[in-house]
Formats: sequence, C-alpha cells, structure tokens
Amino acid sequence: MNKELTREERTDALGGMGCKRKRVEDARFTQGKGNYVDDIKLPGMLQGDFVRSPYAHARIKSIDSSAAMALDGVIAVLTAEDLAPLGLHWMPTLAGDKQMVLADGKVLFQGQEVAFVVAKDRYIAADAVELVEVDYEELPVLTDPFAAMESDVVLREDLLGEGGSLPDGAHGPRKHPNHIFTWEVGEKDATEQVLDEADVVAEETVYYHRTHPCPLETCGCVASMDKVNGKLTLHGTFQAPHAIRTVVSLISGIEEHNIRVISPDIGGGFGNKVGAYPGYVCSVVASIVTGVPVKWVEDRMENLMTTAFARDYHMTGKISATKEGKITGLHCHVTADHGGFDACADPTKFPAGFMNICTGSYDIPTAYLAVDGVYTNKAPGGVSYRCSFRVTEAAYFIERMVEVLAIELNMDAAELRRINFIKKEQFPYQSALGWEYDSGDYHTAWDKALKAVDYDGLRAEQAQRVEDFKAGKTRKLMGVGLTHFTEIVGAGPVKNCDILGLGMFDSCEIRIHPTGSAIARLGTISQGQGHATTFAQILATEIGLPADSITIEEGDTDTAPYGLGTYGSRSTPVAGAATAMAGRKIRAKAQMIAAYLLEVHDDDVEFDVDRFVVKGAPEKFKTMKEIAFAAYNQAIPGIEPGLEAVSYYDPPNMTYPFGAYVCVMDIDVDTGVTDIRRFYALDDCGTRINPMIIEGQVHGGLTEALAVALGQEIAYDDMGNVKTGTLMDFFLPTAWEVPNYETDHTVTPSPHHPIGAKGVGESPHVGGVPCFSNAVNDAFRAFGLRHTNMPHDHWRIWKTANDLGLHG
Amino acid sequence: MSNKKHFKLTVNGEEQEFLAEPRELLIHTLRERLRQTGPHIGCETSHCGACTVTMNGKSVKACTVFVAQADGADITTIEGLGNPDSLHVLQEAFKEHHGLQCGFCTPGMITRASKLLEENPTPTEEEVRFGMAGNICRCTGYQNIVKSILAAASEMNAAKEAAE
Ligand code: FES
Ligand code: FES
Repeated sequence: MNKELTREERTDALGGMGCKRKRVEDARFTQGKGNYVDDIKLPGMLQGDFVRSPYAHARIKSIDSSAAMALDGVIAVLTAEDLAPLGLHWMPTLAGDKQMVLADGKVLFQGQEVAFVVAKDRYIAADAVELVEVDYEELPVLTDPFAAMESDVVLREDLLGEGGSLPDGAHGPRKHPNHIFTWEVGEKDATEQVLDEADVVAEETVYYHRTHPCPLETCGCVASMDKVNGKLTLHGTFQAPHAIRTVVSLISGIEEHNIRVISPDIGGGFGNKVGAYPGYVCSVVASIVTGVPVKWVEDRMENLMTTAFARDYHMTGKISATKEGKITGLHCHVTADHGGFDACADPTKFPAGFMNICTGSYDIPTAYLAVDGVYTNKAPGGVSYRCSFRVTEAAYFIERMVEVLAIELNMDAAELRRINFIKKEQFPYQSALGWEYDSGDYHTAWDKALKAVDYDGLRAEQAQRVEDFKAGKTRKLMGVGLTHFTEIVGAGPVKNCDILGLGMFDSCEIRIHPTGSAIARLGTISQGQGHATTFAQILATEIGLPADSITIEEGDTDTAPYGLGTYGSRSTPVAGAATAMAGRKIRAKAQMIAAYLLEVHDDDVEFDVDRFVVKGAPEKFKTMKEIAFAAYNQAIPGIEPGLEAVSYYDPPNMTYPFGAYVCVMDIDVDTGVTDIRRFYALDDCGTRINPMIIEGQVHGGLTEALAVALGQEIAYDDMGNVKTGTLMDFFLPTAWEVPNYETDHTVTPSPHHPIGAKGVGESPHVGGVPCFSNAVNDAFRAFGLRHTNMPHDHWRIWKTANDLGLHG
Repeated sequence: MSNKKHFKLTVNGEEQEFLAEPRELLIHTLRERLRQTGPHIGCETSHCGACTVTMNGKSVKACTVFVAQADGADITTIEGLGNPDSLHVLQEAFKEHHGLQCGFCTPGMITRASKLLEENPTPTEEEVRFGMAGNICRCTGYQNIVKSILAAASEMNAAKEAAE
C-alpha cells in the first residue's frame, strides 16, 4: 500500500521535524498520572525536614535536640557534628566553592539549614523541627555587596589563610575577605581610550534585582539505600541527573555504578533544579544511617528563601558612539552579589557565566567587562533562571544601555539599533569579548518586527499621547518597548565548557527494534519542554520511522547515556545534535543492509524519507521497517546483526538564537498600573522542530519575563530577613495579568549544528525582560527619565512618575 | 501527639473511611492516604491552585482544608474527571491546544476549569482569565490554557445542542 503514497504523504506520515506534533507526554499529565518526586512512596519511607536559621548571620552556640528526639515517631536529628566524621558537613558547590550542608558553627543567611529531622511522617517531622532548640549569637549582617567589600566583618572565616591571609579562590586572587573573584574579559586600556576620545558617551548604573525561578514544583528527593546490595537509588528533581550521580559519588565515596539517580517527571525547573542542595545530601545520609528510604521535599518558603536565587547584578556601563550614532566602545563593570556561598551554576571557566555576550546584537569594535563576585548574608545560588548562564543579565544590560545612548544622542532607539547591528555578511562574527556568533540576519528580523507593529504609527500615537497628557486630556502615558537580543546557548564545547571537570557534551543512544519501532535514550531531562515529543521528531526525519513508533527515555542514570542535563537551552543544541548524529549512524548501517537486500553496491542506494531506493530506480526500494527486520533476521556478510547506535556530541561552537520584540504599554501615571496592550515576539531559533512547542515556550518565557520585569523580586531588609518568602509577596502572574502574545519568526539555521537548530526555551525570557522594562522606561522618556530599575511594580512606577513631577 | 479521629469521605465516587489527626490537610489525605496524587502541592498557602479539587460542588484548594473540615464531603479530583477510555472534554482540549508543559499545574487547572464551565458554560475570554486566576502556571503563559478552556466550552455546548 505504501507504494501508492506520494513523497509528501510519506513525509507527513512520519510526524518528523517541522510538524506541529501533539505531545505524547500529555496523556498522563492531563489525567493526573504524572509521576513527580512527591508522588513517590516507598515502603517504610521516612520524612526529612530542616531546622532553619531565623538569622542571617549568627554564631551557633548550641543545638539541643533532646525534646525533639523524645517525640514519638522521631528517628533522628542530624547536625553538622553528625556529618563531620563522614566529611559531609560541607559539600562542594558547582562554582568551585564549598557550602555547609548543615550549619558548622555559624549561619550565613536566613533559612540556612541547621539540623535535619528524620521522622515517620511529615507532621511529626514538622513538630520535631519546632522542638529543636538552637542558641544563636547574632553577628553583624551584610546585605549590600558594596558595604561587604568595605566591611571588616568577615563572612567566610573558613576561607582565610594562616594569620588571616587571603589565599586565592577558585577563580584567582581575592581583594578582600568578602570578595570571591574578579573576572575580566576584553581590552581595558583600549576601551578606556575609545571612551575618552568618543563624540558621545552614555553612562548608566543598572541593577538587575534578585529574583527566583520558582517552578511550580519545589525541589525534593527520595534517597533509598539498599544495604543488602550496597546500592543507592536517588529519585529527585534533578535537571542534570548524571552530574548529580557523579557529585554524590565524589562526596559520599559510594562508587558510581552503585548509585542510580532517577529524575522522574519534573514540575518545571527554570534553573532551580540544576544545583545540589543540602536536602539531597542529608536525605542520602539519613537513608544510609537508617537503612530505609528518606524523602525530603521543600515547601514554597524554603524554596524561595534557600534554593537557587537568580541575578542580583549591579551593572555599571559606559557606551560610546560617534555623533551619527555608530557605537565605538562598551565598558561594563558588575558587582555580583553571590550570597553566603558561591553556588552559581556556571561552566567552571566562566565565573560570571556568559556575561561577555553583553555586546549583544551590535557590532562593537572595542569592549571590556569586569565582574567582581562578593559574599553577603543572603542565600547562595546565582542560577540561570530561564536563560543560559547570565545571558539575561547581559541582554538586559546592553538593551538598556542602547536605550540610554539613544536618549543621549537624541535618536530613535530603533534606528540606533539598526545602524549598529552586526550585518548578515559579517557572520561568523568575532565579538570583541571573545565569542564567534554562528549566524544571524538581524536587519531582516528587525524590519519585519517594526513593520508588523507599524512602528512609525506607534511613535506618532505616542507623541500625540504626550501632547494630550500635557494638555490635561489623559492621565495615561504610552511606552514602546524595543529589544533585539542575541543569546548564546548550547553549552558547550568541551574545550572550554565543563562543570566540575565534566565536559558539557551530550548524548543519545538508539535501539531499533526488529519490527521497526525504536527507543532512544538521552542524557538530558525534560521539565516541560516536551522532549519525548520533539526528539522523536528529529529521529523520525533522520531514520525514516514514524515519531509515534519511537519512545524517548531520559533521566535514569542506569539506562541513559552520560550527559550534562537540561538547562541553558542546551537540550536541542547539544542532545538534539547527538540525536541526529546517532540517527545518521543508524542510517549508515541501514544503507549497507538495504544495498545487500537490493543486491546493489552501497553507493547505489540513497535515503528517501522512509526508505532506501536504488538510485535512478525509485520503484526498487527497502523501507526502514524492512531494513530493521532484516537487521535482526538475516545473516549479512560483513555486517553485525542488530541496529543500534550511540553518539556523544561535543558541539564545535555555541548557538546564537536571536529575536526582535516590541511591547506596547499604557501606564496610568496616578496608580502606576501597567496595561500591556500588545506584545509582538519574533524569534529566530534556526531550524524549527515543532512550531507548536516553540510557540508554547515563547508564551511561557515571556510570562516569566513579565513577572521579573514588573514585580517579581527576592527582597531583603537590612537584617537579612527575606521579605518575599511566600507567594503572597513573590509575584507570579496569573491568567488575569497576562496578555495574549503575537509570535512570529525568521529562520536562520545554525551552520554548525547537524540540523541547524539553535534552541528556543529561554530566548523569550532573555528578550522579554528588557522589552517590558524598556517599555516602562520609554513611557517616561519625554519627561526626562533616562533609566529606572526593575522590578517595575505599581508602587515604583508611581514613584518614578512622582519624582518626575507628573503628579502636579 | 496522636489524637486520631474517624473520618468518612467520598472521593471520586468511592467511600473512604479512616482514622486521621483532625489537623491533617486534605491534600495530604488525598495524596498520601488515598493515593490520589493528581492534585499537587505548589505552595500550601492557597496561592497556586495546584491542589484544586471539587468539594461538595465547589472548587477548593485542598492544601488549606483540614480533613476535619472535609468530613462527610463528596470530593472529585482529576482522577475522577475522566478515564483513559473516555477523557473529559477538557482533558482532550488541553492536549489538543498545548495547554500544558511540565504538567504540574494541569490537574488543578483542569479540575478548576471543569467547575468554571459548570458555573458559566459560555464564558468570554475575560471570564475565563478571571475565573482561572486562582491557578498559577509557570510554564505556559496561560494563552493556550485559555484557548483550551474556550475550545472545551464550545465543544461541550455543541454536544449539548446536538443532544437537544
Ligand atoms: S498548594 Fe494549595 S494553593 Fe498552592
Ligand atoms: S505546565 Fe508547568 S506549571 Fe503549568
């Protein structure tokens, strides 16, 4: 029957790349049959819970757990003293620092883990937590990184050398006991010279506030030590299960083959679930000690207060240009607040991540970036919240600086961007700060975006609005937010990207079954991105079997090939490439089998959608299904039976997705309330695997961007108390606050990626944050505002209007 | 601290009797005692809606209801809305319109939406957005959730008309 189908019909039947395939994950999720970590219930399982510090900086004088231990159902109360003999009271961080698992003599941030209670159920554990008495002696609190760099209060005595000396940290010399590192990229002297000699220089201080990824599911795990077989199974919310296995092995001494890490369904990650947290270590220890499974799942307050904040970058910029607006130089200094421990999740050689993508989409000949990391009495983290490492910070910085420069030059911000974009023919483009941008066509994207929104019409309307406002006819201003961002994702080439020495390649292993269906396993793990759907589409196109006949499996270190997991939009660029490459290995063997079956030379057959055909005689063919069967039932001279392949893909370069966004916003000057009238997002993520999923990622990323730009914040008071530790104060937008988005695209494939895909999950967040913020700032441009910091909540906007004298 | 009391609930049509502390939260009763793990825990402070179930005909957030308050109640969770052989229209619509990503909010969303459509079978987009504002999703940006619910509403109405 197959013979009668046209080539197009055969292609459609595969459900391969480019089609809007419905998600295979959805059946279980819509029926409440997902399997998330807190759904796991093992026989005899105990529950762990933390005693946490109410103070941001304090010495611990004593811990008395006798009352807690006396409670019926309490099995153990672990403190640093119990972990010390095992060497587990501290653990290494992903950033080359170390972090206390349980408070070792002092605490450095509010909510820090002090003791771990293990009890028969969560209620008893919670009661016991209340009964543990900790005697604290308060110490002076440092919540401001600038003050920390001046203070003689030492936060990390453990890092002092003999006689109070200051040994180098993981990233070189330290200037002060509360200083972590200085990281410099680019040419300092040359940049300063360019700035000195420039026609125009715009300067601004831009603070990217502290926030949190806050996935709907918090972090947690179930550790289960099988003492009979010496095997540890660790289920948990891990964005990088293999890396977690290696880390657990390194710190526990259990051999890696005796550890099985499983990431079940994950309820969103956004960077929150990359790191290793004290809860994991304590659960493992507790299970080893008790011999039964131990579950630990943090609650929302614990999540917001302790696991993985994002950003907290104080950025000072100078950008220079000619009178005509050609940018000549960029200077950026960052004071990065890392909290009490340096637990940033960045590739080892990049202590400030890829902040050096801060030249953005522009051809800036000379640039310099310096980042100083600083300890304060805040929670550790510094993860990439829905972005590749520090890329939102970089995009926000440059997109604000360009707007400020436009004000300085008295130019239209869209035009200023246009004359400075890297031109299509300049790719691959070497940036002043060391990256090789793979491909782009920024002018085309920009023009398409401006046309779609009728940019000139918007500006005319805005000018009229300003007139009306001045004439007292309206109290609403209008902002037009622009952004053209360039991301850097798909970390990354092993030559410069590793985490704790583990190269950031990724992997795929495929087994074709005799009847022509398949299973593929990957080193990544989906947290909502729909990998089971999209990776099957890549394979369907590569190997000519229907996507519906291909199972994708991830997240079990006993079965999946080694990979560094899912974050930083690396799944498609790295594991997606591995998938395509493994598929091509399958195809290469299939070609030999087909040639044998068709009795022609290998070179005389060619792949055609779902089959190999004899060149010039398309009526002679063998389908992939037939070939798969032959692989298992025919003795073919010179060819091993079976049809399997594995690929470990070390990407030659990062990928550089980009996009052009426009936000139109009305702002009520008297209430500070914002109304997003329109949001247009054009994304170029190279080859598009599943347009439906891409669009969903864009909607979600933009909404997280809206949250961050317009209100979401982890705020501290001077005592180091977290002021936004519940969903009452930590802004997560609901359906009511979120607009409908218009999505659009151009396609500029990555030249070095096997299928040309670049990754998209984080673009809308990276581009969305500056776009919303630019809209707010732009609304007040006519009244003399240059820059105001996020988050632009109603109160801050009202304050901006008030400071500008707009309340009469 | 054991002061267990006897409770009776009807969950997804089945009667359940058990001993529990009155302070036990309904969400834990459902998830841990009765193994209905569809409703999830996202905050335990009534903000996120991941734990939404229908109790005595009303949408409630099971994380802030004591089992003692639910004694005798009739409760429907996502598990009771449809089954693999006959999905609820909303379950189909969420699949069809990409109304979910990680799936963690989905059981609460669909359970809430089913109630919303009972309360208002022909909602406008605005009414859907308002009626769903107690349920947070971190992944989808809501656009496709709203689309799914509106699509389900039209389908249910069309089916109703056809039946009449
Ligand atoms: S868990 Fe009940 S509302 Fe969030
Ligand atoms: S789909 Fe992930 S929270 Fe809604």
